[in-house]
Amino acid sequence: MAEINTGGGGGHKDGKVRTKKVSTRVDLTPMVDLGFLLITFFMLATTLIKPQTMEINLPRNDKIKKEDQTLVKASKSITIILAKNNKIFYFFGDGKKDPVTNGPTQVVTADYSAGPTGIRHMLLDRNKVVVDQMKALKKLKAKDKNMSEEAFKKQATTIRSGDAAAIVMITSTDQAKYNNLVNILDEMSICNVSKYAIIDISHDHKALIAPYDK
Amino acid sequence: MPKVKIPRKSTIVDMTAMCDVAFLLLTFFMLTSNFTAKEPAKISTPTSISEIKIPETNVEMILIDPKGKVFFGIDGPAHRANLLKAMGAAFKISFTPEEIKKFSLIATTGVPMSRMKAFLAIDDTKRDVSPLVSGVPCDSLHNEFKQWVHCARVENSKLMIAIKGDKETPITVVKQVMKTLQDLTEVKFNLITGLEEAPKDL
Repeated sequence: MAEINTGGGGGHKDGKVRTKKVSTRVDLTPMVDLGFLLITFFMLATTLIKPQTMEINLPRNDKIKKEDQTLVKASKSITIILAKNNKIFYFFGDGKKDPVTNGPTQVVTADYSAGPTGIRHMLLDRNKVVVDQMKALKKLKAKDKNMSEEAFKKQATTIRSGDAAAIVMITSTDQAKYNNLVNILDEMSICNVSKYAIIDISHDHKALIAPYDK
Repeated sequence: MPKVKIPRKSTIVDMTAMCDVAFLLLTFFMLTSNFTAKEPAKISTPTSISEIKIPETNVEMILIDPKGKVFFGIDGPAHRANLLKAMGAAFKISFTPEEIKKFSLIATTGVPMSRMKAFLAIDDTKRDVSPLVSGVPCDSLHNEFKQWVHCARVENSKLMIAIKGDKETPITVVKQVMKTLQDLTEVKFNLITGLEEAPKDL
């Protein structure tokens, strides 16, 4: 209880007229309760975390002339198929034949873990040149105080769109979930792959994964 | 019994300091947090390492709940009022000023235009659980969602599109939404995600 003294305790009068002594002590306990109630309201009704976003740019739908279409090099391309139950299937090349062995396309099953069975392991391996260059650039930035953010970004973009970068086609079956899509786009940014496209699944793809996707 | 006088200490505690602490905490929370708008569906977003924050204003929100229902909304009550008028004109439905005012207070809606009047007539608290909320139609035969996005773009050219999907949302709905956006040449948009720690050695 705080003591607010307004001099009401003093004043001792003689004679018949006497002022009634009123205690001026104010109990602040309810004030504390009020304060905590307001805190509780704000804690429950608001949020400290601002949600994050991931930027995506899709290609436009304009009819592109056949001559202008840049043909994707089969040896550099990877096709990733998102399937149900958080499974991923991938293969190298155009789906008709394996670019290395020239035999039938090899379909590999993977998942989202960070270990040897994960898709990240494969992507880091295929995109090794770009990953190493990006690591070197980041080390350079840490040492060099003069390198501005724009210069870093420009150099990073040049490295990622170079000839040695892997090209990824992302497609999905109808049973895949949105979580799978966000995770694979996240892996693209972790493994520094900037040349990727989200395409519709084709019958060839479905036929390729049919024996594995039960 | 001998008279033992137990010295009585005062049991009154001075609460002034406690009061100060409480109001300091309150001030902290009031200044550092922001109110979350009430969303029609509970959505838990997937996580990503991206650290770009969503802007406060000029955001066009597309919510997709785990069942595949699409909700649409923009911010700014004045913009929302104009958006409803534009949609009304496109679908030949006229809205009364009270209905437009009610609409401008709702953050995101997920009703087909044919049920919009009935939806606005429902009481505030019961709106979200009403069976009328079946999501904005987005399939290829009946694509009202395309109209919403187009009218929103005409209304406010600085809008930034944000898609907020749940982890379990089927990819087919998301792809349909992205395809509609592509058809309208809205090729730059954002996916709202939670924060995930980036791997250490990359």
